Amino acid sequence: MNVELKDIQKTFGMVHANGGISLKIPAGTIQGILGENGAGKSTLMKILSGFIRPDQGEILLDGHTVSIHSPADAIRLGVGMLHQDPLDFPPLRVIENFILGSAGGLLPDQGAVLRDFKKLAGQFGFSLDPEAYVDSLTVGERQQLEILRLIWLGASVMIFDEPTTGISTAQKMKLFAALCLLAEQGKTVLFVSHKLDDVEGLCSRVAVLRQGYLVGEAKQPYSTKKLVEMMFGKTISVGGRKPCRADKVTVNLSKLRVEDYRLKVRDVNLDVHCGEVIGLAGMEGSGQGLFLRAVGGMTHTVGGKILIDGRDLTGRSYQTFKKHGVAFLPAARLEEGLVPGLTLTEHFILAEEAKGFFINWDKGRLLAQERIKEFDVRGIPANTVESLSGGNQQRALLALLRDSLNLLLLEHPTRGLDIESVIYIWNKLKERCQKGTAILFVSSDLEEILQYSDQVLVFFSGKVTPPLDASTLTTEKLGELIGGKGWPESTDEGKLA
Amino acid sequence: MNKIRWLNFGFQIGAVILALLFTTVVLLMAGAPPLQAYLYIIKGALSSITNISNVLSAWAPLLLTTSGVLITFAAGLWNIGIEGQIMVGAIFTTGALRLLQNSTVPSGWILLIGFLAGMAGGALWAALAGVLKTFGGVNEIFGGLGLNFVATAFALYLIIGPWKRPGIASTSGTLMFPDKLWLPTLPKVQFSVWALGLGILVVILVYFLLRGTHFGLRLKAIGKNSKAALLMGVPTWQYVMFAFLLCGVFAGLAGAIQVTSVYHRLTPAISSGYGFLGLMVAMLINYQAIWAAPVALFFAALNIGGIQLPIVLKLDSSLSGVLQGILVLFVLLVEGARQRLFRKR
Repeated sequence: MNVELKDIQKTFGMVHANGGISLKIPAGTIQGILGENGAGKSTLMKILSGFIRPDQGEILLDGHTVSIHSPADAIRLGVGMLHQDPLDFPPLRVIENFILGSAGGLLPDQGAVLRDFKKLAGQFGFSLDPEAYVDSLTVGERQQLEILRLIWLGASVMIFDEPTTGISTAQKMKLFAALCLLAEQGKTVLFVSHKLDDVEGLCSRVAVLRQGYLVGEAKQPYSTKKLVEMMFGKTISVGGRKPCRADKVTVNLSKLRVEDYRLKVRDVNLDVHCGEVIGLAGMEGSGQGLFLRAVGGMTHTVGGKILIDGRDLTGRSYQTFKKHGVAFLPAARLEEGLVPGLTLTEHFILAEEAKGFFINWDKGRLLAQERIKEFDVRGIPANTVESLSGGNQQRALLALLRDSLNLLLLEHPTRGLDIESVIYIWNKLKERCQKGTAILFVSSDLEEILQYSDQVLVFFSGKVTPPLDASTLTTEKLGELIGGKGWPESTDEGKLA
Repeated sequence: MNKIRWLNFGFQIGAVILALLFTTVVLLMAGAPPLQAYLYIIKGALSSITNISNVLSAWAPLLLTTSGVLITFAAGLWNIGIEGQIMVGAIFTTGALRLLQNSTVPSGWILLIGFLAGMAGGALWAALAGVLKTFGGVNEIFGGLGLNFVATAFALYLIIGPWKRPGIASTSGTLMFPDKLWLPTLPKVQFSVWALGLGILVVILVYFLLRGTHFGLRLKAIGKNSKAALLMGVPTWQYVMFAFLLCGVFAGLAGAIQVTSVYHRLTPAISSGYGFLGLMVAMLINYQAIWAAPVALFFAALNIGGIQLPIVLKLDSSLSGVLQGILVLFVLLVEGARQRLFRKR
């Protein structure tokens, strides 16, 4: 089926998720959709598959304008999507999941369905036990189930959102073979990814998105350099840096291991010096967030040691880490960092060491006033935090930190902030570094990473580079590493299995 | 600012009028004269010293349960299990009194021990709900509901089993305690200054606890965003447990009062529904402790005032409950409508 998107626009609040994207995809091709986080890939695909309605724009299937109001509409028209996190029902059996989305009556003909299932599975070389429970399957097998289900429902346009995350190499090979077979059968495959290798190896054509716009298209053979340039934009000259790294090591990680259900970060060794800033780069979900939280005691480690200021805190709770001068600032300010409904004064009282049983409100207000002034928060002590703007919330979070810290962990410290706030916040952070605090921060903004870090760790599918000197890195090189290019041939392919 | 406050006040009055209208419709459908019914409720609550003292003695346990759930609500918890906590408090009090009633211990001491036992019982039952919540991942609503059934079943077992009246086992309750183990009351009426004093003391305590202490502020922080509270250094699960325990202590006190000053024995319905009623009061006052006392008094008056209805109007006395429930529903409804209206602008 030929797919055509015409001038698709979608805004979320102030953000242009899609700013007028037009794209034509002929039947029987595997079209790559490439872009960094927040480039608008997922929004565009969700619009095509009916999860989100566009503010403006048209979708044409085989030349006919269609209106897609829901995923059910989309599948009726032959458009199906495989989400990054499989949207299945883990407590149910494979075959029950298979039947679920079908339009069938009250009592589906189980026997016939089973025959269909086995036939399709055989066609693609998938070995799935229809009676197994879905929660016993691997991510890769759940994908296979989802592919079979969509084909059975009659999908002729299939969208795959980051399908190679969290599956083994063998499963990836199987997936790619299946995708090629789908294209041969005349189906249209959209392959959304940030992994350059996968896109280059599989897709016959690629569209690159950046900040909500289609910035370019390419066909095989690709030039990696060009793709990276399109993904991340032209390199912008990096301003002067002010390193204030001291000799003293404040945090020592040895053979640190962390994992969640889809990623394994293995054997990270790292010395963090006082006053040092280390940027953690990588596509979202490549392991850097997990790593950051582990260093703060918020995620359990599976192995290795964390020494803070010489003390072994491995396996201890965040409260203990906090006592030893570790602080964590989450990206989701209102969800994790601040308490909506409470005032700034109440926040400052909460964050301070409680003295006595009763609250000294006068003292609290005074403290709030002082800090508000010092950190230039636009608000008054009686304001509730949700009434502040994002930049002011971030300033308030910084103002809440206690004075002497060994280590400050930041998740996207300047995401969504205006440039003035960004500069202000980094100045404040650098002031802390001069006092000896070390900073580890995650960011998807490459320039931020290069501008403010002394050293950079790049994460890709759970793999981690050794510390790289930020002054010798370029956005280009960093972009390639983030996209999985230029890594030493790893000996740990089996890791993902 | 002032204008907004008046507008809010107007909305609340509107909710009360709507609730009254709705109840009137219900009454008309039941074929009862609405005005007369309301009049009888008022009369039933206020027309005699006995009635007023009954209202006051219902007020005391209601104050305690309302105060208790204000604490758990502050921590973001729906302590549905408060009914069971009252029940177990009453069981513990009864147990202590039974154990000591024939001893040489002075009766004042026995009563004191009975109250302490009641507090311990309520706290124990609340702690179970708390442990299920913090360590077992069981939502406190489900845990509490289950524990309520267990508590009721346990009380029934005691009443018709080990603690049955000599000769007859009846679900109407255990044998009545001798007068000396009754909480002292004013002459000729059922009302105990001690019980009410306790209730008022606790409501004042909770008001200051939630308003002016680090403990209260931390509870509120947990209730509004436990993730952020944890990151700010509040030991969240410990505080959640403590909120449960404190609520359980107050519920246990209510149970002890029911045993020592109202029923003077253990009955299967010893809680009189004051736990659920306390939840309703807390919702009606939008969790502001300052309004707890007057609204609880109003609800107590409705409860007592409705008792006469079956006799004089052949209506079920649960009409008061209908009115209370409808009131809460309409206040919540109007509040929701108000927020919606203001957000749109």
